Amino acid sequence: MGGVLVRPIVLTVLIYLFLKFIVPILPHSAPLPSSLIFLYLMLTTAGIVIFETLSGASKDAFFGPIFRFLTGESGGALSSARYLVLALFPLLVGWQTYGSTASSDAPPAENRTIHPAPPGEYTGLSNPVPKTPENIMYGKGLYASRCSPCHGNFDGKGFAASGFTPPPANFKDPTTIAMLQESYLFWRIKRGGVGLPVEGMPWKSAMPRWELELSDEDIWKVIMGEYDGAGQKPRTWDESE
Amino acid sequence: MMHQGPMITNQGRELVGRAAFLTGCVALLGLVGAADMALAQESVAAQAPTAYRDLPIIGSRNLVWIIAQLHLLLAGFVLGVPIFAWLCEIVGWKSGDKRYDKLAKEFTKLLTSSYATTALFGGILLFLLIGFYPKLMAYLTDIFFPSFLVYCALFLVETATLYLYWYGWDAMSEGNGKKFHIFLGLLLNVFAFFIMIVPNSWATFQASPVVLAEGTDFERAWAATWNPTWWPVNIHRLIANVVLGGYICGAYAGIRYLSAKSQEERYHYDWMGYVGNFIGVFGLLPLPFAGYWLMREIYQYNQQMGITLMGGFLSWLFILQAMLIGVLFLGSNYYFWLGITHRIPGSEAQYRKPIMAMLIILLLCLAVWMTPHSLVASLAEAQQMGGTHHPLLGVFGVMSAKMTVSNLMVLVTFMSFIMYWRAGKQDTAGWAKVAKAVMGAVLALAGIAVIILGVWGYFVPAIIRINYFSTSQVGIVIFVMLTITPLTALLLKSAKTTTEMVWGKMPPRAGYALVLNAIMVILLMTLMGYARSSSRVHWHVYGVMRDSSQYAFSPALGYAAALMALNTFLFCMLVAFIFWVATMGDKAKAAAGAKGSVEPGTIPAMAGGSQALDGPAPDTAQQNRPV
Repeated sequence: MGGVLVRPIVLTVLIYLFLKFIVPILPHSAPLPSSLIFLYLMLTTAGIVIFETLSGASKDAFFGPIFRFLTGESGGALSSARYLVLALFPLLVGWQTYGSTASSDAPPAENRTIHPAPPGEYTGLSNPVPKTPENIMYGKGLYASRCSPCHGNFDGKGFAASGFTPPPANFKDPTTIAMLQESYLFWRIKRGGVGLPVEGMPWKSAMPRWELELSDEDIWKVIMGEYDGAGQKPRTWDESE
Repeated sequence: MMHQGPMITNQGRELVGRAAFLTGCVALLGLVGAADMALAQESVAAQAPTAYRDLPIIGSRNLVWIIAQLHLLLAGFVLGVPIFAWLCEIVGWKSGDKRYDKLAKEFTKLLTSSYATTALFGGILLFLLIGFYPKLMAYLTDIFFPSFLVYCALFLVETATLYLYWYGWDAMSEGNGKKFHIFLGLLLNVFAFFIMIVPNSWATFQASPVVLAEGTDFERAWAATWNPTWWPVNIHRLIANVVLGGYICGAYAGIRYLSAKSQEERYHYDWMGYVGNFIGVFGLLPLPFAGYWLMREIYQYNQQMGITLMGGFLSWLFILQAMLIGVLFLGSNYYFWLGITHRIPGSEAQYRKPIMAMLIILLLCLAVWMTPHSLVASLAEAQQMGGTHHPLLGVFGVMSAKMTVSNLMVLVTFMSFIMYWRAGKQDTAGWAKVAKAVMGAVLALAGIAVIILGVWGYFVPAIIRINYFSTSQVGIVIFVMLTITPLTALLLKSAKTTTEMVWGKMPPRAGYALVLNAIMVILLMTLMGYARSSSRVHWHVYGVMRDSSQYAFSPALGYAAALMALNTFLFCMLVAFIFWVATMGDKAKAAAGAKGSVEPGTIPAMAGGSQALDGPAPDTAQQNRPV
């Protein structure tokens, strides 16, 4: 094989090893799903092909060894390797096809919609409860008794959290409640997991339906307490809020 | 069970028999149609008015979807091309370079041949809408009737102007005639703009309606027209039409280049492909900003619609969008880079490293853009991550990251163009070093500032990020363009050309890259058209008129993707047919003129002659053509 091919192959392998084994051991990290690793490797491959085909010379240098290998022009030990590849490649395709179509007891990968659109009656609602320190403290009290067992200290790590898949939301994460309007939280707290719309499938939410225990005013106070405790601000269209 | 086979056979025969019977009935109905209509009118009077009609097998919604998409794509092309055809004509007129005039005329030829088909599809769409959705159309007519009249008038003047513009091209090629012709081009664009924004008001009204209960017909129509998403869509579509037009003209040039049999043809279509790609990129750079503004307005107009699009079930479309835009950016840059390495002999070694750096930045940005907030993961993978958000890379899934990388990709693409522009030139101005240092500093600082604002965006309230940080990022990128473009132009005025550009020597993959770019743009428009339309979910007019038909559901994303692919394919076939017909005469003339003078051994690239175009650096002595 030509030396030109070695660098791209090494690069691809290194990136795979980095994504598969290094990223998970970084602080506050976790293993990447295979779909994401595949995506990044595809981008790497695309980049390599783009770069190596910029000129006729680099294109020939890159694809030449591959063509020579596949057509048997390389000769020597590579000829045997060629037969091996030609025999193994259909088997690989067959194995891949079998793996993707055979019945399995593993649940399918899911593309859960975490933030489905709220029903029309909840959109545009604004918090009617004044944002006073008393109300915020009252909301935090309700949060401590009702929400913290799962959502913990606003970080999604309550003592009951490990019992749920998916885990309770981490409100300190800037990509959760900071992205949402208060009315959205009002809907999710009031109606809970059973109130998720069709598009919220597979409806994997253990959120209780708090309208059975809390008044609307208390729910608004809980929301204020949540934002304050997590150090986040709700999404608004008014900068003064 | 044993009798199932014969039963099916009998049923089949019965069906054939029924079909024959029905065919006869249809013919008979046609003959006695007049009498039937009289009877039907009496019975209809006693029934409620028809709200919907359907079509067997394909379904009314699918048919309207296909026809509307084809009409919109054709309309986008027809309204986008006059803009740059006219600009090319002005450049040709001012510079005295006849090639630009020829190019403008060639663009206009493509426009003229597509114009009638666009109107035809518009007519078909109208008939289908009236037939399938009579109640909705009656409602829209009641509100928009004054603008229907305006639209008809605009079409008349646009058609008359186009006729004059196209057929008068040669007659008005000199002196005051040329000036008048350019004025006609201006009129053509003004009318085209209004032809675009009037129907935009009907479509945007359906998403963000403003309904006056009282007032004159004109007042009601005006209020409905000036709805919250009208101008964002107008601006977004105007830019997108230029992008679509540019890339389609580029693809046309790419195919003509690949099928060219003479060097002269290759010169011309290589250059035309370059101009098409340049126009596409020129429009592509501001397009993400216009799209961002549109989404912001939708979100502000209605939280439910905004979340359906950006966080709900349609949010996966934006991952597909990232992939398509990413391929488009890569394809456009790849074409620029191929231009540097093939049109400017000897420059490959000099630019290989900067190209690699730009490619790496583009790929990193694309990786961030394509990383979804909620990852597709198996149950075991989700458990390992603690949910479908990755604790580390999950931050790439939100707008702060997406805006940052899209701005960086725009910056890189802009610098690709600047690099292409400067290639083969040597600065001679005394202040060149200072200017280059300033440009480098501006670029580096801009990149850093865009990244800082992007990271900071996670730590401020959403409204601050949306109103200030995102707009500042856009402002910074525009500032870079407005600083570096004139500085480069000034530098190049006094620069010495060290290597002349060689046209007609691009490898075949450059032609295929142009075709790929056009397909990406068409796919993008079908994708985002579906997103915009589906964001109304089960409403014909959001919050005002509910869809109560059997199709009042959003199709699954896979199904929608299949229809988008079908629409893209149909549009490409349609455009290929139109262009083939439009250029048939020219090809025949060229073939007759070239008889006996065809260069020996000349084979079109797409017919196996690609090796000739992808060999070692050409001998430029005979083939140089400065631009």
